[in-house]
Parts: sequence; C-alpha cells; structure tokens
Amino acid sequence: MNKYLERLYNGLIKENPTLVLMLGMCPTLAVSTRAANGIGMGLSTLAVLVLSNLVISLLRKVIPDQVRLPAYIVIVASLVTVTELLIEAYLPSVYEALGIYIPLIVVNCIILGRAEAYANKNTPLLSVFDGIGMGLGFTVALTLAGAVREILGSGTCFGVQILPQTVEPIGIFIQPPGAFLVIALFIIIMNAVGIKTRQRKLVESGCDGCCASCASQCEASKEVAK
Amino acid sequence: MNHNLLLLIVSGALINNVVLSQFLGICSFLGVSKQMKASASLGGAVIFVITIASAVASLLYTYVLEPLGLDFMKTIVFILVIAALVQIVEMFLKKAAPAVYKSLGIFLPLITTNCAVLGVALTNVQNGYNFIESVLSGFGTALGFTLAIVLLAGIRSRINEDDLPAPLRGAPIVLIAAALMSIAFMGFSGLSF
Repeated sequence: MNKYLERLYNGLIKENPTLVLMLGMCPTLAVSTRAANGIGMGLSTLAVLVLSNLVISLLRKVIPDQVRLPAYIVIVASLVTVTELLIEAYLPSVYEALGIYIPLIVVNCIILGRAEAYANKNTPLLSVFDGIGMGLGFTVALTLAGAVREILGSGTCFGVQILPQTVEPIGIFIQPPGAFLVIALFIIIMNAVGIKTRQRKLVESGCDGCCASCASQCEASKEVAK
Repeated sequence: MNHNLLLLIVSGALINNVVLSQFLGICSFLGVSKQMKASASLGGAVIFVITIASAVASLLYTYVLEPLGLDFMKTIVFILVIAALVQIVEMFLKKAAPAVYKSLGIFLPLITTNCAVLGVALTNVQNGYNFIESVLSGFGTALGFTLAIVLLAGIRSRINEDDLPAPLRGAPIVLIAAALMSIAFMGFSGLSF
C-alpha cells in the first residue's frame, strides 16, 4: 500500500487514537454531548495536530534532544492560540460550545504523543499525513460518541429529530455520567467482537506509553507501591 | 462575603467536581487509581500544585498580561509558568521539607501536563476571579480531584476481587464505576444555594 495512504489508514482504523490507543480521553468525554460538537472539536484538534507535526518534523534536526519537550509544548501552545483566535473570530457558535476545551488542546496527549512517537523521526510530508490520519480518527470517534449520546439523550442527531416525539429521551446520556457510560459501552463492544485495544494494558499498568505524563505517572505509582 | 468564599470551595470540590463533571485530569484519574496509597499521594501533590499555580497565574494575569494587553498569550504563558513552577516547588521541598518531598516528590514533575492544572488557571481568568477567589477555587477543585481519585481507588480495590464477564474487565468496569460516582455527585447540585 502507498505509504501515505497507509498513514491515513493507521490513524483512522489500526491505531485510532481514542478507541484503540485510549488517548485524549478528557475532550472525548467532555464535548461529546452533541454530534456537531464532536466534529468541531475533532477538526480543531486535527488542524493543530497537522501543523504541529509539520513544524516539529521540519525542526527535528534543529531542536536539541534534551530540551525537546519544552520546545514541543511552546510550538503546540502557539498553534493552539492561533486556532483558538481563529475559531473565536469566524465560528463563534463553535467557540461558545467548546469553551475551555479549545485552549486545553495544548495538553491533549495525542498531540505530544504523535510529536514524540512520529514527527520527530519522519519526513514533513509523512508527518502531515500521520497528523491527518490521527486527526480524522479522533474526529470520527468523537462524532460517533456525540451521535450516540445525542440520540439517546435528546432524541436528535445533528439537531434532526430521530426518535419519535412520543419517546421520552434518556436525559442522563447528555449529562456527565452518560459520557463514561457510552465510552465504556464502545470498549465493551470492541472487546466482545475481539478488536484488540490497548486499554487492558493501560488500566492494568496505568500506562499508555504514548503520553509522556501519564506513562511517568504510572511509573511513579509503581514506585510508591514498592 | 465569607459565605461566598465558602461556596467557592464547596462548588469546586463537590458541585462542579473537576473529574466527574468537567472531565479534566481523566488520564491520571484512570491510570493512577489502581492503588489507594499512590492515589492519596497524587492527590496531595495535586492540591499543592493547583493551589500555588492558581495563585501565580492569577497574579501574573492581573499585573502583567492584562495591563500589557497580552491576554491572548495566556495559554502559552500559563503552561510555561506551570512547568517552571513545578520544578521550583520540587527543588524547594527537597531542601526545606524532605519528609513532604518524599511522600509527594515523584508525582510533582508529572503534574505539569495534568490538564486540570491548566484548566483551573484558565477557568479562573474566564470567570474574572480576584486573587483570593482564584486560590480558593483552585484549592476546592484540587480537593475534589483528590476526593474522586481516592474514592475510585477504593471502589477498584473491591472490583478486582469480583468475577466479571470478560468484555467488562479492565477499562469498561472502571468507566462504569466512574459513571455511577458521577451520578452520585450530581446529587450535590442541590447544594448550590
């Protein structure tokens, strides 16, 4: 398979950041109250991810190894600020709906994770495709979770009435507990049909490897356990 | 006035619980809650860092960023300040309070990228809190995080001994436990007087 297409397939299906790698759970749980929010958040993250992968890949030979994480954080934070200002100016309704979770893209594990795991080792063009694949995978997962919660919780999907008016929607699904339940449901289904996710390893060891902070947090917790 | 300040702590800890209703810090909430002892230490370190970070972020925003018209730089400035602050706190504790350092130390550098810290700093600015309000809301939020992670660790130590259907083992049952906790915490919304 063409190696560029392979990157897209990898991000969307094989290593889907949310459903398979279980990265970036905070925004997934928080903004999936409506399907449209999922698309807004997913595409904002995709934009930041593609640009950060591009910049970091271009600078991969310039940034000294010892200070690479602070350098990545500054690059990502600048890109997020630009994205935030653009969304505020041109898509005020999206800005209103996503609120605090737009600046918090800075600490989304997916972005630093891809910088560390892919962009600093590969060519700019490949890194851009990796960013597009991962971003699309994130968008699809978020939109799916948003659609399920919106249909169950308010009887609509993208604002269109799906359930008949006589059926009372289950309000809890657009409340915070619904987010945990729907994501749990997704993982149960994937476990039941035998799709391997990394979640067992993640929860057993507390590690997800890709996200520097979580990985070191779990190592610390192991140290305490000893 | 005092009544309002108390409400700020209660609201941060219980009504708008940072993990269970705002979904910040989910990563460590799911990752570290395996052992009770580690959860409690992480909670202590988070209370420490969030309280100090909200104080510093609030001062910096009011006296540096706002007068200079640089408030659009807040995300970049806050994340760098938090990273630097954590380093300083760590070095200070190592020297001044070795016993505290020993119990919190290893968790401190890792909190930098916990999204709850940045989230609280940004929310304080968004709500236009003054210095005292920022510190108290930061403290309340961190208290809520600690409460949630310690409770979840307790629940998980019980679940581990149960005989579960295979697809439910691992992450799903932890998420379901979190959902039930979240439902329980929704009951606190009646407290907003």
